[in-house]
Amino acid sequence: MKYVTEYRDAQKVGLVLDDIRATVTEPWVLMEICGGQTHAIVRHGIDQLLPPEIELVHGPGCPVCVTPLELIDKALAIAAMPDVIFTSYGDMLRVPGSGQDLFSVRARGADVRIVYSPLDAVKIAQQNPDKQVVFFAIGFETTAPANAMSVIQAKAFGLTNYSILVSHVRVPPAMHAILGSPQNRVQGFLAAGHVCAVMGYWEYPPIAEQYGVPIVVTGFEPLDIVLGIRDTVRLLEAGQVKVENAYARAVTLEGNRPGQAVIDRVFASCDRKWRGVGVIPQSGWCLRPEFADFDAENRFQVAHIQPEESPLCIAGQILQGLKRPGDCPAFGNQCTPEHPLGATMVSSEGACAAYYQYGRFADALPEHGAGNPSVSEQLVE
Amino acid sequence: MVDKKPSQGLDPTLAQDMQGPVCPVPLQHEDQVVLGHGSGGKLTQKLIARYFYPPFDNPYLMQGDDSAVMDWPHGGRLAFSTDSHIVSPLFFPGGDIGRLAVSGTVNDLLMVGAHPLWLTAGFLLEEGLPLSIVERVAASMQAAANEAGVQIVAGDTKVVQRGKADGLFVNTSGVGVVPEGRDISGRRAQPGDAVLLSGSLGDHGIAVLAARGELDFEAQVVSDVAPLNDLVDAMHGVGADLHVLRDPTRGGLATTLNEIAHQSDVGIEIDETSLPVNPAVEAACEMLGFDPLYVANEGKLVAIAPEAQADRLLEAMRATQHGQAACRIGRVTTEPAGRVLMRTALGARRVVDVLSSELLPRIC
Repeated sequence: MKYVTEYRDAQKVGLVLDDIRATVTEPWVLMEICGGQTHAIVRHGIDQLLPPEIELVHGPGCPVCVTPLELIDKALAIAAMPDVIFTSYGDMLRVPGSGQDLFSVRARGADVRIVYSPLDAVKIAQQNPDKQVVFFAIGFETTAPANAMSVIQAKAFGLTNYSILVSHVRVPPAMHAILGSPQNRVQGFLAAGHVCAVMGYWEYPPIAEQYGVPIVVTGFEPLDIVLGIRDTVRLLEAGQVKVENAYARAVTLEGNRPGQAVIDRVFASCDRKWRGVGVIPQSGWCLRPEFADFDAENRFQVAHIQPEESPLCIAGQILQGLKRPGDCPAFGNQCTPEHPLGATMVSSEGACAAYYQYGRFADALPEHGAGNPSVSEQLVE
Repeated sequence: MVDKKPSQGLDPTLAQDMQGPVCPVPLQHEDQVVLGHGSGGKLTQKLIARYFYPPFDNPYLMQGDDSAVMDWPHGGRLAFSTDSHIVSPLFFPGGDIGRLAVSGTVNDLLMVGAHPLWLTAGFLLEEGLPLSIVERVAASMQAAANEAGVQIVAGDTKVVQRGKADGLFVNTSGVGVVPEGRDISGRRAQPGDAVLLSGSLGDHGIAVLAARGELDFEAQVVSDVAPLNDLVDAMHGVGADLHVLRDPTRGGLATTLNEIAHQSDVGIEIDETSLPVNPAVEAACEMLGFDPLYVANEGKLVAIAPEAQADRLLEAMRATQHGQAACRIGRVTTEPAGRVLMRTALGARRVVDVLSSELLPRIC
């Protein structure tokens, strides 16, 4: 914990904040890519401590939030099948599909288990040869090596009862989509440190150059985040378009090469739908044909499940940084973490959940605030 | 090749055009029980408010404290509480389901200022459960009862078919007497009061989670499960006007403080840097994506009392076995009523909300 505590030192953070105040001369809009960063910012109150010139908008980096509705409905259908053990990271259980979530399916008798690693799911498959074990392989580049490794292991063990339901997404295509939008307001990026720990940051200089935005690889502790903001603001103020690394203790330019090799062996790029955003070309990973046997979408008859998303949740625009959680009229009243309407309210990394949990009712709801019940009112409603 | 134009799944003007809430009602989990209904958080509160308060409605129930306190027809006041215990595994570092069952009810009685006297025990046993386990649990219950100075005076046993219960469930109910002149309730927090905590957060929840073994992580954490008679007696001993006592069990400190803020219609502000968390618990929470504020405790209490008496109370608490790490964690405020705020280590402020449903480990 010492390694973490050092990066939460209020005095050190204060010095960097002073530095930012001394550097900034005009308004800048920065986007933190990763939902983990969004939560750290709101949890520690970093946004309240920044000079008013700096606006942080929240990026699409919540893997739970961007998993498309049809994948969740497919997961629900597979989980409900007899002789299936459906395994998932914990926060996927609360994401609503069309009408139910994995909690409801579990309450009706499905065997749904939370695991910390897909390798645990492989173990479950070994221990339950008479069951089909499915892992919900969601995530960005961060979780991809472990998910890929689970398939390699299952193949090596000769397991015929293990498969993964793949919903992998990649950061660089999402950055292209955001920066290429005519509505884009983002002038600088805090790149997602964990993604870069796997992938390095060699993919970013062409993006920075193409759109003229500085990109700074940023970590997740308060000191990491203010350092990332400071470096981005310095570059913006100096008019420099560069990629820098403010998270050098975890990230190198080339990243984790063996991890990348494992990903490359199992996955290939494909088009991917992002919940609320739509299809972003080549923004996902799918299993390569030689691993098609391990694709849960092939193993179970779920291809026909193609539901339509409710057009009312604005999660898509929040994920693109076009809107803030408080711009949604459902925020905090119909849509709360225990009854989420959209995925951004569900995951611990989702921007709406961060705003809700850490109490941004007042500044989140300038126009709709009157109708927003307080937390205490919600308890007794 | 990358498409530079993002697909717009939504009409960007849509949200601006919407007048007031128009979203369809999301999942309510209103047709069936889900595990979140047992989390101690909002779903539990809604379940009770919707299904149990209306039919049972009476002034004692609606006190909303850890035990009901009733005028006894023969003078004095009687405190009465009940608690069912399920825990997997049945034995964990620092305790077991028996110690938990006795401590839970004894502590609920202590939290309304009662002197705990008698307990009942109801056992639901699953067919196939080794009787050696029943023996160990019963011995542990008696040891905890001795520690708490209570007797287990009545009981009940039922056996269910294999697969219909998780080994062993225990319910305990308890009665105690509240001495004259004592009025301790979640409704009595007053602006200006100090908020005290008897020790570190999250030990029980993390100890049980680690002992479960299914998450493949190990932590050297021991549950804090204990009857808190020594601690509470010492606090009464200093003659302070204790306004509120509450044990932050399921839902953790955050949920408990919210309950008090709501019951007393006051604000509570806590200081992030003052919250004691053992390094092993902190590390486990970091790894699993949990916040120690929401993790269960079974041998801790929150006390709210006039600021002028806080130092005396802390001194008395620290002199006891279960209050050695007692500390001041915050204060009661007027505004915002019904809310808990935290002053973060960096000096910002944020709301600390109630646990919404089950604690979920996060993806990365």
